[in-house]
Amino acid sequence: MSKQAETLDVERIREDFPILEREFDGTQLVYLDNAATTHTPEPVVETITDYYRTYNANVHRGIHQLSQEASVAYEEAHDRVAEFIGASGGREEIVFTKNTTESMNLVAYAWGLNELGPGDEVVLTEMEHHASLVTWQQIAKRTGAECKYVPITDEGRLDMEAARELITDDTAMVSVVHVSNTLGTINPVSELADIAHDHDAYVFVDGAQSVPNRPVDVEAIDADFLAFSGHKMAGPTGIGVLYGKQHILEEMEPYLYGGEMILKVTFEDSKWNELPWKYEAGTPVICQGIALAEACDYLDDIGMERIERHEADLAAYAYDRLREHADVEVYGPPADDRGGLVAFNLDGVHAHDLSSILNDSAVAIRAGDHCTQPLHDVLGTAASARASFYVYNTRAEVDRLVEAVDDARQLFA
Amino acid sequence: MYRQQILDHYKNPRNYGELEDPDIEHVGENPMCGDTIKMFVELADDGDTIERVRFVGDGCAISQASASMLSGELHGKSLETVEAMDRDDVADMLGVELSPMRIKCAVLAEKVAQDAIAIHKGEADPVETTTE
Ligand SMILES: Cc1ncc(COP(=O)(O)O)c(C=O)c1O
Repeated sequence: MSKQAETLDVERIREDFPILEREFDGTQLVYLDNAATTHTPEPVVETITDYYRTYNANVHRGIHQLSQEASVAYEEAHDRVAEFIGASGGREEIVFTKNTTESMNLVAYAWGLNELGPGDEVVLTEMEHHASLVTWQQIAKRTGAECKYVPITDEGRLDMEAARELITDDTAMVSVVHVSNTLGTINPVSELADIAHDHDAYVFVDGAQSVPNRPVDVEAIDADFLAFSGHKMAGPTGIGVLYGKQHILEEMEPYLYGGEMILKVTFEDSKWNELPWKYEAGTPVICQGIALAEACDYLDDIGMERIERHEADLAAYAYDRLREHADVEVYGPPADDRGGLVAFNLDGVHAHDLSSILNDSAVAIRAGDHCTQPLHDVLGTAASARASFYVYNTRAEVDRLVEAVDDARQLFA
Repeated sequence: MYRQQILDHYKNPRNYGELEDPDIEHVGENPMCGDTIKMFVELADDGDTIERVRFVGDGCAISQASASMLSGELHGKSLETVEAMDRDDVADMLGVELSPMRIKCAVLAEKVAQDAIAIHKGEADPVETTTE
């Protein structure tokens, strides 16, 4: 059952993640909650401890040796992340934030509050994460702009015909999730960028579920903005990224004021620092940024194309195995065309009960609305269970998931 | 966590249904899970003793079994006694240890009952829905 043409040397990779060896009541952990957060490999943990053990210092302002070392590493981390997503502008197009959510809010406040007004429209999709949905919804309320939502088809894909009708000359921003964290749908973001640009609108791509597990090239997509989180891609928590096209970041006003983000301050006025520091007020996420660059190295060493294939294989396998029973509903597109996650429901068993029962077998999944409440309304359910995969997962672990679902089925029969 | 008694109450909820003309009626929900419970209470002539309880609801086994068990427990109790109940009483009633994440599901029914009573007595402002 669990045979697989291994695209990755998973056994070798697992050695980098000691947390996966944890046992609960003698049963080894099966961690399938990677869309929420991924584990951190030894080289990244070492980067963090090395930073604090040997060159911890505040950046930019210091002349002393430690500060110079920290500054260079921190600045170069921006270049490394730029390279990772194909941003040829380098560090000037990469702003370090706290997470995807903050990256969204940065643009919503710095650009949206200033530029949007009555008559303007922000086009989102029904499968947006609350990170973008709530943010644009609230900015729209404050500015008098209007949010429109591209509907999904029965298969859980974007209705592109509707998208073409919804995106008009009134559209100022199209904000779209690249890979849906609930449906697993891989959205045609570059096609949407083309449509948006035909109407002089910007496109903001939520890359939280795509940058970690497939090659993403911002210039091939022609995204104006892209956001993602370090903790979902083998990096630490507390670091997110905002990519923005250089000319747009230059034109935008800052979002947070304070130290680090200024060049010259008088009692009367201030001049902003250059990119990207203009958007990084206060002491930035130094260690986390450096560790994120190490995570990029780690993932590139494995190979983003191979990670993509590995995840697709696991998702397809899980999709097919879960659907062996008619009482399981899996949401989103078919097995051969989805990102590395499956959200599902077992008939007659609430997702939270299912997750509790799976936990008894040391299988960690997520249950709830996955920060997509309006999408769950469209799906007609309050909650779903979600298994999501990463570089260290195996088909044998999917089998453990399916067995635990069988247990739940029997318990509730 | 899913001992037989809980599963039984979930599959065959006691006192399930609505009351035509209840003295007290209140609804609560746990928006994160989508658990909902609506409770109906009829009081004895003394205006203080619970004579009949019915509930309807939807959600996870823990929330619904807890409502079913509580509906039995409330019978014959005074409003004050119900108001004095706490989380431990619910845990005792369910007879299982609940993880911090699931306690909300378990106490929803109790909270609905207590809010309903507080509103009935005028001790709390009427709210349409109790949220846990
Ligand atoms: C698609 C998507 N967007 C945004 C986010 C928010 O990420 P964060 O919580 O790191 O800001 C997540 C993850 O929770 C996500 O899956």
